[in-house]
Amino acid sequence: MTIQFNDETFYGDFTFKNSDWAIKRFPFPFHEDSYMYSVNMEPHKSYRPGSVFERTFDVDEHYVSEMKDRARVLANDPLRCQSLPHMTLAGWDLVELIMEAKAAEYPDLFELHKDGNRWRWVNKPLGIDDTFTFLDESTLPYGPMEYITRQTQGDFAVLDQRDDNLWMDAGMVTTQADWSLDFDIGMNFFEWHAPVPKAHEMGIFVRALKFLLNIQQGQPARRLNWTMTVNPLLDTSPENYHKWGVMKQGLTMENIGEKQHLRVELQTFFRLPRSNALVFPIRCYLISFNDLVTVPKWARRLHRVIRDLPEELATYKGFIDNRPLMVEWLSQFDDGTPTSDGIWPDDD
Amino acid sequence: MSAGTAKLNVTVAEVKPINDLVTRFKFVRTGGGDLPTFSGGAHTVVEMQDGDITRLNAYSLMSNPADRGAYTISVRRDDQGRGGSKFMHSKVKEGLEMVISNPVNLFSLDLRAKKHLMLAGGIGITPFMAQMHQLSMMGGNFELHYSVRTASLGTYAKELSERYPGKVHIYHDDQKEAIDLKTLLANQPLGTHVYVCGPKGMINWVHSTAEDMGWPREAVHSEEFLAPASGKPFEVKCAVSNKIVQVGEHQSLLEALEAAGIDAPYLCRGGACGQCETNVIGYDGKFLHYDHWLTDEQKAGGKHIMPCVSRFEGKTLVLDR
Repeated sequence: MTIQFNDETFYGDFTFKNSDWAIKRFPFPFHEDSYMYSVNMEPHKSYRPGSVFERTFDVDEHYVSEMKDRARVLANDPLRCQSLPHMTLAGWDLVELIMEAKAAEYPDLFELHKDGNRWRWVNKPLGIDDTFTFLDESTLPYGPMEYITRQTQGDFAVLDQRDDNLWMDAGMVTTQADWSLDFDIGMNFFEWHAPVPKAHEMGIFVRALKFLLNIQQGQPARRLNWTMTVNPLLDTSPENYHKWGVMKQGLTMENIGEKQHLRVELQTFFRLPRSNALVFPIRCYLISFNDLVTVPKWARRLHRVIRDLPEELATYKGFIDNRPLMVEWLSQFDDGTPTSDGIWPDDD
Repeated sequence: MSAGTAKLNVTVAEVKPINDLVTRFKFVRTGGGDLPTFSGGAHTVVEMQDGDITRLNAYSLMSNPADRGAYTISVRRDDQGRGGSKFMHSKVKEGLEMVISNPVNLFSLDLRAKKHLMLAGGIGITPFMAQMHQLSMMGGNFELHYSVRTASLGTYAKELSERYPGKVHIYHDDQKEAIDLKTLLANQPLGTHVYVCGPKGMINWVHSTAEDMGWPREAVHSEEFLAPASGKPFEVKCAVSNKIVQVGEHQSLLEALEAAGIDAPYLCRGGACGQCETNVIGYDGKFLHYDHWLTDEQKAGGKHIMPCVSRFEGKTLVLDR
């Protein structure tokens, strides 16, 4: 299909909206009526045509506007994109991974032509047609990681692997759920996860790290994570908390359906071949409560999950104050009917 | 997720004896096309159909990682071994179609290093060959010290000296030449990382010397793949799959599980990576732990085993597989 790209904003007047197509393919993250952490990894294989799991890097109707929003955030705060000196090779690995995947999977939108190390990259939605020399930084307008992630939806953490640990040594982070690359840069896996409640005691991170260290070339993995965001903000960074934190106040039964969004991250993990680094793309999908409850199964389930979520998790995810209102509003759509297993709508 | 790594179908494009012990094999993708690129230090697991037995041996990739047209490995014949290297030397000919794994790197360069100091013994030279290709392409600072038995058994010594003039130092055992490790380590610039690949004694010597001289543990890297040891046959009960598996004298526990159709994870098959770690549910007998992965405490605890290299002697062993 040819994608119709929206012209929309993720700040100010918040004109972001999901089409019926985008609602139907939304990655609803709850496979049952309750939620607790788990290392819920699965192979990142093409699955369910039309879904966000079909392609290596999903491109949707928000692509062009998300890239404009990234450029805006970077202009205000260049520290959202950092790469320690030893990570340049990993940046090239990422250029290759994304260009090859997008050109193969979206031939109507992207083209990659190679003549040895001389590469021509055509990005039709963004109007880019560049020719450069692979592994020669001087031939690109930005560093390799910055260049390609200005053209790819989602945040990117590029993790160096050494000493049986992973290190946050590069990244492009403008659509984050309240964490800071500038704060985490250079930290290892346990250090940057230190603020997460409960999971340490459950041994989640030891198991997750062991899994990630063993991710192999050609065998990427994925998982979903989620939180809540008031207004369709991609940039919910600690750096800008003074701007968006206040938006969490003032929700009412009348406006919550429009303003409250479920925020879902499709997290994928790829081994990078030349650098042996790991890239961790974190792709953010937003859906308003109004749009979400158009799928009856999701409405019933979200009500039950939010109602029963342990208090530490609601606090950590930043919506403990608004939880009673969310539950009250969502309860209108939960008649107690059982929900089927799995994340997909019933009418499929 | 299924065991091991994604597979590549390849065809043997060249078999070239290098000296009395070592033969080099070149693989190209069956039906044409590029192979995945890789990082210096990576290995591939080669599947060998030896009659009824499937052997899986890990070999370091030694070719230029930037060359996606072919992979090369070098195999040293081990006449005392269980047969993998003998199979490669005697049965593998040009044109044979084989299956190998995607590259896996358990011995990667630390790209923060200001200088890479490489210490190789014998066939341990192979991962460094790919790393030197990679570093010379990136303008990296490296130096190789390579210990060989004799000039004629000095696999690739001559060509490396020619390819990287001034960076390669060869030591011949038969001429009583030896790496002066203490002096070498004492004169490295700050930010140097040391890499060693070779016989067990050499690896231990480098680690302990560096530690005694105050080198940080994180700046010394080594790779040693063990070949699974042979031993007395034994029986194992697999609780999850509800199967009784017999492990033969020249078979590893991992190979026996695989032959019984049990999906057991693995990566290095040499006791180093930890991927095949298996929980022990019950036992009556004695473990023969040969791996580098489990701590001494775990080895004594009787709750874990690494089936790629370790064995068991006794009445019963029940595994969580």
